[in-house]
Formats: sequence, C-alpha cells, structure tokens
Amino acid sequence: MRNNGILRIVARFLIPLILLFALYIQFHGEYSPGGGFQAGVVFAAGWILFVLIYGLEAGLKVIPQRAMVVVMACGALLYAFIGLLGVLLGGHFLDFAPLLPSAPKGAQQAGIILVEFGVGMTVATVVMLIFTMFAGRKSQIHLIDGIPDSEPVTYPEMNQDNSANQSTDTAAETRD
Amino acid sequence: MAFLGHYNYYIVVVLMMIGFYVVIARGNMVKKIMGLNLFQTSAFILFISAGKIMGGSTPILRDGVEVYSNPLPHVLILTAIVVGVATTAVGLALSVRINEAYGNIEDDLLSEEEPDDFALTQEPSRDDDSS
Amino acid sequence: MTLIEWMPFSVLIPLIAAPVCALLPGRVLPWTLTFVSVLASAVICALVLPMAVGEGPLSYAFGNWPPPVGIEYRVDAVNALLALLISAIATIILPWARVSVNDEVPDRQGPFYALFLLAMSGLMGITLTGDVFNVFVFLEISSLSTYALIAHGKNRAALLASFRYLIMGTLGATFYLIGVGFLYIQTGTLNMVDLAERLPALADDRAIRTAFGFIIVGMGLKLALFPLHRWLPGAYSNAPSMVTVFLAATATKVAVYVLLRLVFSVFGVEFALAMPFEEIFFTLGAVGIFFASLSAIKQTSLKRMLAYSSVSQIGYIALAISLISTAGLSAGLVHIFNHALMKGALFMCVGAIVYRIGSDRFADLGGLAKQMPLTMLAFVLAGLSMIGVPLTAGFISKWALISAAIEAGNGYAVGIVLIGSLMAVIYIWRVVEIAYLQPAPDNADMSRRREVGLSMLIPLWILIAANFYFGIDTRLTLDIATRGAEVLMGMTP
Repeated sequence: MRNNGILRIVARFLIPLILLFALYIQFHGEYSPGGGFQAGVVFAAGWILFVLIYGLEAGLKVIPQRAMVVVMACGALLYAFIGLLGVLLGGHFLDFAPLLPSAPKGAQQAGIILVEFGVGMTVATVVMLIFTMFAGRKSQIHLIDGIPDSEPVTYPEMNQDNSANQSTDTAAETRD
Repeated sequence: MAFLGHYNYYIVVVLMMIGFYVVIARGNMVKKIMGLNLFQTSAFILFISAGKIMGGSTPILRDGVEVYSNPLPHVLILTAIVVGVATTAVGLALSVRINEAYGNIEDDLLSEEEPDDFALTQEPSRDDDSS
Repeated sequence: MTLIEWMPFSVLIPLIAAPVCALLPGRVLPWTLTFVSVLASAVICALVLPMAVGEGPLSYAFGNWPPPVGIEYRVDAVNALLALLISAIATIILPWARVSVNDEVPDRQGPFYALFLLAMSGLMGITLTGDVFNVFVFLEISSLSTYALIAHGKNRAALLASFRYLIMGTLGATFYLIGVGFLYIQTGTLNMVDLAERLPALADDRAIRTAFGFIIVGMGLKLALFPLHRWLPGAYSNAPSMVTVFLAATATKVAVYVLLRLVFSVFGVEFALAMPFEEIFFTLGAVGIFFASLSAIKQTSLKRMLAYSSVSQIGYIALAISLISTAGLSAGLVHIFNHALMKGALFMCVGAIVYRIGSDRFADLGGLAKQMPLTMLAFVLAGLSMIGVPLTAGFISKWALISAAIEAGNGYAVGIVLIGSLMAVIYIWRVVEIAYLQPAPDNADMSRRREVGLSMLIPLWILIAANFYFGIDTRLTLDIATRGAEVLMGMTP
C-alpha cells in the first residue's frame, strides 16, 4: 500500500483532519456529544490509518510502544488524581465543586474536561496498543503455524494489553 | 399494528438468539467471539432503544427543546461497549496464543488434543451432564 | 475525614495502585506496592465492619451527587463482612505468593500484580456498591483481569481454560446486563434502594419476572452453580497457584453475594417466594453437592479434586439459600466465610506442593508427608474443617445449615448435607492415604522434596489457625452473619 499514490495523498489529507476532529470531540465533550472515549478511539483510528499506509515501524517512530504504555497509565492516573483532588479539598471522590469554590458550574466543567482528557489519553493509547500487539505478532504466527509447541510462547506484552483495557473500564465506571 | 409497535424488541430477541446460537454451536474460537459480540450488541440495543422517546430530540440542553431522549442508557452502554471491546481483545489475544500453542483454534479438536488433562475430567463431567 | 469517607478507599486504593504497579520494573517493587495497598484496604474494611454492623448501612455518594441520581456505596453487615473477607484473604495470600509467583511467572511481574490488584478491587467494588449497573462494571473488571491471570499458568492448557471461562463469564455478565436492562426499563432507576422501593408495585409484571430469570442465570454462571460449573475446574487447576487460592477463596463468593443482595434485598422475599426460586435452588444445590463430590472422588490430581469440591460447597450455599429463612441465609453467609478459610488453606497447601515437586498428581505425591510434614499436616487439618469435624470452622457452618434445615422442616436437606460430608471424608482421605501411607514413587526427585520456607508456612498456618479459631469463637462469623441475614430478609439494603 505504501506505493499507491492515491492512498498516500488521501491519507495525508485525511489524517490531520481525523486527529483534529478527535481533539474537537475531546474538548467539546462537557456540553455536547463527545468525550474522552469517542475522542480517544477517533484519535487512535487516525494513527491506525497512518500505520496501514506507512507501516508499523513508521507508526512506532511517532509513538514508541513504551510511550504508549506510560501514557496509558498516566491517563488513568490523571483521572484518579482529579478524583482525589476533590477528596483533598474536603469533598467526595470525583466531587469537582471544591476545585473552584467561587464558580460551581465552572468547577464542574473544569473537572469534567480534565477527567475526560485522562480518559481520552488512556483510550487512545489502549486502542493503539491493541492494534500494535496484534499487528506485531503476525510474522511470528506464520513462523510457527501448525507446529504444536509443548510450552506456550510467552509474549509479555499480551498481559499489559489486558491490564490496559481494565484501566479504561475503571475510568468508565464512574461515568454511569 | 400493536404487534409491530415494539419492533425493536423483536430485533433484539432475534440478534440475541443468533449470537447465542453461534457461541454454542460453533467450535472455531474466532466465530465464538463473533457470536459473543452479537449477543452483547443485542443487549446494547435493548438499552439504547428503550431510551428513545418518539418525537424527542437529542439530549442537548438548548432553547426550544422540551422533549428529549433519555441520555442515561447511552452512557451506560458506552461503558458496556468498552467492556465488550476489552473482552473481544482478550478473547482474540487468547485465540492467537492458543493457535501458537496448539496449531489450531477449533474447540472440539482441542478437547481431543488435550488427552492428559481434559480426557480425565471429561468422564465425570459427562456423567454430570447426563444426569 | 470520617470513617465513612474512608470506606470507598478500600476499593480505590488497589484500583489506583494498579496502573502504577503495571509500570514498575523488577520483582520487589510491584509486590511491595501490591501488598501495601491490599493491606491498607484490609485495615479500612476491618475498621468499617463494626460501624456497619452497629449503626446500620453507611452510605457514600460519589461526586457528592446524592443517590439515587449518583452512584452510591452502601455498606451494611453483609457486604462489610464480605469486603473484610476479600481484603484479608488477599493480604494473607500475598506473602505466601511471592516465591510461588517467582517460580510460575518469572518475567514482568509488574503487569501480573497490576492484574491481581484490578481483580481484587473489582471484587471489592461489586461488594460495596449500591448500584446495579456498577455491579456489572466491576464484575467485568474483575472477570477480565481474572481471565488474563488464569492465562499466566505455566501449562498451555491454561490458555484453553481461560478462553472457556471468558466465553462463559461474558455470557453470564451479559445475561446479568439484560436483566438490569429490563429492570431499568420498567422502573427507571438503577439504585438498589430505589429499586427495592419501586419493585413491589410491579411484582406481577412479566418483564420484571424475566429480569429475575436473566439475573439468576447470569449470576448462576458466575458462581458456578451446578449445571453451569463446567468452566471452574479447568480454570482453577491451570491458573498459577496464587490465582487459584485467591479465586477459590473469593470470586464465586462475591457472585453469591450479588445473588443474595438482588434476590432478597432488591426483589424482596415475597417476590422470591412467588417464583420457583426455592425449588430450583434446592434441587440444583442438592444434585450439585452429590455429583460434584462424586467427580471430586474420581479425580487424580489435587487442584482438580479441590475445584470439584468447591462446586459441591457452592451446592451447600445454594441449599442454605433455598430455605429462604433468616437461619438459612445466615448459614449460607457463614459458609461463604468459612469455606473461604478452608479452601484458601487447602489450595495454599497444594500451591506449596506444586512449588516443591512441580506436580499435583496423586501419582507423584506418595510418601510426601515425610518430606513436607508441616504442609501435609496443614492439609489434613484444613481437610477436617472441610469435612466438618467439631471444633473447626466447617463444623459451625454445617451445624448452622442443618439446624436451619430442621427449623424449616426440610429433612432431605439434612440427609444431603450428611451424605456430602461423608463423600468429603472419602476424597480427603484418598490424599491422606497417598501422602502418609504410600511409599514415594520410584522416579521422585528427592532433592526437591523438602519442606517449603517460612514465607509460605506462616500464612498457611495463619489460615489453619483461623479455621480453628472460628470453629470455637463464633462471635465474629455467626453473629454478624445472623445480623446480615436479618438485614437481607427484613428491610431495604
């Protein structure tokens, strides 16, 4: 696909728009449809389109896998930190009112934007990680296809992938 | 047509049964996961369609809108969708590793291929089922 | 901060520690963080328990949104007891697990312990929350991390077991979600207290009855009620030892709790009596005790035998619930607690054996009592508790169950409990006979056959001591369980 002119040109045109649209959804999520989940997935979709056309190596040059893992954990931690900030300032967990005592509505808005930013970071990197791990394994499957192996091949990334998903869930649980 | 008045529920039931059937009847693990996804999706549609109000607008606060759909099911299902994606990812990851360890992902073949561990337990569990 | 404000942190501390733990390198740091956060969670639960029992339900509203709009954590005698059980078991397991995990999961322990923290906090969350949808979310958090934990098993069969559990577990959770959907469509609320107030008016509604059915089946899958138990033996016997101990002691119990809470507190006793709940649970419990014990007797490896024994113990709990009386429920709750103690101890013994000789097959166990006397003695004592010998915790729960059955005039239940106990004697005795009376197999590697270290023995013997302590002093268990049963039977949660 790398040499197909049409794909390259269209992708070059589309990818920035997709990423921009993701950011739009991200930062308008507190009073219109949108939010971290949708934005994260759209952002990751832009990156996946890039990888489909330019290859996984080029995609990983933009965001190395290790960075994805760190951003994933940081997103969840940002969510937790904003939640705990409410506790430290004398309210309940995820209580945004104490953040800006003078403007309760503004406090809600600020809290939601910050929390959703954490969600967006985590969701985007988790989707990228899932894609990277499945894409990165393809060659290995072909190598040992059909040869039963008495010992399971351990690919440690796999576990990380699962834990990543749960971090999104945990972020999700407070939304309902 | 009162019978078709709640046609969304009929769709939910049909989808649910297709998904459930695939999970039970198919041995291929990827197909099982597809069935599972279909099954979950039917539950999502159940929630979402129940939140819709005829003639209601999107749940955004603005002038001139009095009736709007219930946004809560959307948020609930957003969470459930994330759970579904996570389940699919874990299931596919396991299938990939099973393929690497055994060379196939047919559940029926694998039950036979695991004589050491599974054959022993197949005996008593078959007793359980027949009783 | 008051104690009520600390209460949700028993869930939040492990939950927040998990992403940090996933990033930590090496072996010492992830373990330390896990241990500290689990210990903190247990301390909070221990402090909350007397208050929840004494002062009735404690409520904590997330984001300060008052219930029923916001999500609420609601703690009374039942879930305070269960939360303490989960966090205490996790705290006892961790020091034991260190060498075992080093052996079975040598690399990348950060993510492994992160998954354990997620599984634990998921179970805690299910227990404490007062919102039916929140139960689903936490259920999936704990289940997904459990699938991944099981897949860490050394044997490649662990992958298959994990996949089968994933299919069954997701089906169960989706059944539950559909049930919740019906409840929400009919009542417009997800808060348990609110639901309990609105449901009596809709008791004859067909959608509500359908919801009841879906929730029972979904939770039945999760708690491995007899015909839905097929996932359990594979999952328990192939998972890493630490995971097996934790799951056997806590995971199915939490599903039982959700069932109890929804059936008795949310739907209400009258509703349950109007449905064929009693007959179904009695039949499945009785048949489950019998056939799972029979399967346990037929097994040739320790973990699998104990897994089937777990299925039969769930049968006892189902039997206790089916009596639909305060005495029956308190017997069920006591058995949840005591079974966690004895099964935890038994699986710890098995884990120690697997750590030393690398196998749990009966053929490899011959004469092991000579080389591992303390571990095998612990196995015998926990086995006695399993059988229900007086002075052990197992006796208390069986005694409570039998007296509840007599009170309900159900002679069959008494007979089934006695038969089940006799069958437990058979399968525990098989192991004792092999380990104490038979000679070591010829191919045994004697250099590996020696007693495990103190880090494994001390937690194991703490659990054994607890088995005997709660067999003699029933104040904590039986009294709180009775109080919990009254809460479940009598009033809104």
